[in-house]
Amino acid sequence: MPYEAVIGLEVHVQIKTRSKIFTRVAAGYGQPENTLTDPVVLALPGSLPVMNKAALDAIIKAGLLLGCEIAPVCKWDRKNYFYPDSPKNYQISQYDQPICLGGHVEIELPGPARNVMGEHKRIPLTRIHLEEDVGKLNHFATDSLVDYNRAGTPLMEIVSEPALHTAEEAFAYLTSLRATMIYGGISDCDMEKGQLRCDANISIRPVGAATLGTKVELKNLNSISYVRDGIAHEIKRQLGVLERGGTIVQETRDYDGLTGTSQSLRSKEMAHDYRYFPDPDLMPVQVDEGWKQRLRAECPELPFDKQRRFLEQYQLPYTLTSVLVWDRALADYFEAAVASADTSQAQAVGNWIVNDLLRELGSAKLQLAETKVKPAQLAALVKLVESGTLRTNTAKEVFVEMFASGEAPDAIATRRGLNSAPTDAGELEQWCRDAIAGNPKALAEFNAGKDSAINAFKGPVMKAAKGKADPKLVDATLRRLLATM
Amino acid sequence: MSELVFQTITELSGRLATGEISSAELTRTFIARTKSLDQRVHAFNSFDAGDALAQAVASDERRAAGQSRGPLDGIPVGLKDVIAVTGQPLTASSRMLANFVSPYDATVTARLKQAGAVLWGRLNCDEFAMGSSTENSAFGPAANPWDLARVPGGSSGGSAAAVAAGEAVATLGSDTGGSIRQPAALCGVVGLKPTYGLVSRYGLVAFASSLDQIGPMTRTVEDAAIMLGAIAGHDENDSTSYRSQIPDYRAELKRRPGPWRIGLPREYFGEGLDPEIGAAVEQAVAFYRAQGCEVKPVSLPHTPYCLDTYYIIATAEASSNLARFDGVRYGHRSKDAKDAVDLYFKSRSEGFGPEVKRRIILGTYVLSSGYYDAFYLRAQKVRTLIRRDFLKAYEEVDALLTPTSPVPAFKLGEKSDPLALYLCDIYTIGVNLAGLPAISVPCGFTRAGLPIGLQLIGQPFQEADLLALAHVYERAHDWCRRRPAFAAVASSG
Repeated sequence: MPYEAVIGLEVHVQIKTRSKIFTRVAAGYGQPENTLTDPVVLALPGSLPVMNKAALDAIIKAGLLLGCEIAPVCKWDRKNYFYPDSPKNYQISQYDQPICLGGHVEIELPGPARNVMGEHKRIPLTRIHLEEDVGKLNHFATDSLVDYNRAGTPLMEIVSEPALHTAEEAFAYLTSLRATMIYGGISDCDMEKGQLRCDANISIRPVGAATLGTKVELKNLNSISYVRDGIAHEIKRQLGVLERGGTIVQETRDYDGLTGTSQSLRSKEMAHDYRYFPDPDLMPVQVDEGWKQRLRAECPELPFDKQRRFLEQYQLPYTLTSVLVWDRALADYFEAAVASADTSQAQAVGNWIVNDLLRELGSAKLQLAETKVKPAQLAALVKLVESGTLRTNTAKEVFVEMFASGEAPDAIATRRGLNSAPTDAGELEQWCRDAIAGNPKALAEFNAGKDSAINAFKGPVMKAAKGKADPKLVDATLRRLLATM
Repeated sequence: MSELVFQTITELSGRLATGEISSAELTRTFIARTKSLDQRVHAFNSFDAGDALAQAVASDERRAAGQSRGPLDGIPVGLKDVIAVTGQPLTASSRMLANFVSPYDATVTARLKQAGAVLWGRLNCDEFAMGSSTENSAFGPAANPWDLARVPGGSSGGSAAAVAAGEAVATLGSDTGGSIRQPAALCGVVGLKPTYGLVSRYGLVAFASSLDQIGPMTRTVEDAAIMLGAIAGHDENDSTSYRSQIPDYRAELKRRPGPWRIGLPREYFGEGLDPEIGAAVEQAVAFYRAQGCEVKPVSLPHTPYCLDTYYIIATAEASSNLARFDGVRYGHRSKDAKDAVDLYFKSRSEGFGPEVKRRIILGTYVLSSGYYDAFYLRAQKVRTLIRRDFLKAYEEVDALLTPTSPVPAFKLGEKSDPLALYLCDIYTIGVNLAGLPAISVPCGFTRAGLPIGLQLIGQPFQEADLLALAHVYERAHDWCRRRPAFAAVASSG
């Protein structure tokens, strides 16, 4: 019997705010243990939470970016459970009135080839709600210690409908969601720092069945690749159970990305009763039109929308857009450079960014924001190449120097005498004749129909020209002379 | 000097201003008196005499430099042991917090410090403010200064007894279902529960967050006005604190009281009311009538549901609020726990007393899956109806007048059945459920010499009116000038 998998993802995204969600103390990562604490974070007797408005702004913005309906009134609930990483032994969360309802994440599946756009889908969301992160337990031989630095970091839980069917789709979903959050300035989504965490609910059913199979929750999917591998593994495991005539048990499983295996954490019988009730320490929040509009104005164009526009407006090849649009700063850099050059040079600009700028940034281990090459300077370099003033190879050298010093390309070219020489047709023609005469073998090959043999003449010409001849003109001259021989 | 310890804030601040006494002298007097008396009253869980004296000296220095901060500067004020003071114990009268020292100030603490008050001692109460007799204190019950064999009421029993016994000029209590007003009534002092949201709860060990309010316990209504003025007002650390203009409550007392219309809720004068208390309250009604007030019966029809509603909401919130006491970060930690879960079970079993456990279990139950709608959600709806009862009554009257407690101070150990104790709060809990301000003022004594309290209930954030109404009564009577015999003997001996 053919089966299909049904997957729903619960993604936790830490919101990038200066202070924690319910108090003034700084939010952060990598600080000495228990330094980002105060009476509220440690849940000292008498301490009270006060909502951080920046966290609310961020989640509303996330909701707007993902097309959610923003609740006109939202409230805060206590989720009660005992665990040493939870200082109050309840988590302030949202139960029945989440701030964002509905919405979707647009995904792109792999295309038939690398340079061909794949199928796009909209994965519907159930809800997004706001809650607080918990601390971190560190286990030692005989003791466990708790670090509360992370406790109280604002956290969004983004819940998808059970509408994904393959590990590839889950991978694409997370990739798109992550880029959207980074685009919106909502989170850096660094999975190594726990800024984005994913749990997956997975079940399988006969293709065409109307009801869902028994679901298994998969936890600890600590990287986007682990999400893909873990889900693929779980689907295979469930298929195996059914093929052996077994039944799927509703449970929570822990995926180990290193070994590619999973083990049961707890079964449904041990599920918590969270005793949710409205938190009496916090007032409900009313989100009016003005508030939403102000945030809507701050919402950036999303990557897929940008990609469609780049394809249309700049006539870029798909592969180039798929590099440019996933990093908002890179896309902005591209558009700034094109604005300084010309739309017709957009592809050349894009190639320079993707091939040269990214390579140099990579080897220098720099971020885009740190480069000394301003978009206008890159545009100037492209113009020098397109006008024939700089040969491509020379331009690459100029670029390396621009990258190192931040100097303008024409200044570098002039100082180093790299500009192609004004063409002296008579002199060039003589160098060409000499080159042809000096290589009868290549001439014979060319005459026998081997077009690439022409390249054998170009080296001596360039040498004679001390590298300053325009390659296009050299090629044209050689062909004109060869045609008469 | 025995006279000194029974004086009001107003009187003492006058004496401090003229230089007749210093804050250091005043504070030393209270320290000495408390040292000699409190073994019998047990109003204090602890006190830090050195710290109090240092504050008093600082107050005297301010005064000498012409920088006195007003009527509370240099006045010893005691705080219930559920209100945080930096560097002082914060036990909530529980073994759970027996060794906990607060690293921060409650907002009311910071405001009293700003007003120059000498923060004096940690006052006994029922464990985590759960109780009506102070018998639930893990450190032993407090006694009623009017009869040491009787309870001072609760949960702010220590705060009431300290004022009644002359161990503090004024104190702060907290009131979740009557915990300021009932002990005030039983000890013959003034106790004010402000409107929910008027006084910040930041730094108050939470019992039931939607009901808790901090308020003053004093000898006189005027003193209550002074104390309220110091602690009231919006606090950015408490999301439930209300943004309102805080009037000069003391100055407002002197304005001519309006033509008051006073309502007598029928449901508050029924079965279970001690006849002597009923008679004393009738006298107060007669007084207001004689003042030209219109007094008429009103109905608060949902009153019979108050107790049930209260014990669902309060315990539900408490079960969650007290979850943080787990032995992990601070507080009592069991010595022989095997693992995290065992640590929770053992630490909480050892740290909490029986009444606290009873309420945590009840609260956990009413929030449980499958019971939430039937209990907690239903109770919240009834709570709305209870509040509407009051607001409807206020369409006809300006204030309500009731007894504070159905019974006077009872004997220690007399009410061993928890339900019998819960009934002590039947006249006070409706006010908390409705979020209203109410004050208890002394209105007489039983034949056995036990104080009787009159409760006046006001409209939201109209504490100025409520205090003025109480002040009119108090000025015409001398109940607040009476001293417990024990206290007089104690100070002469």
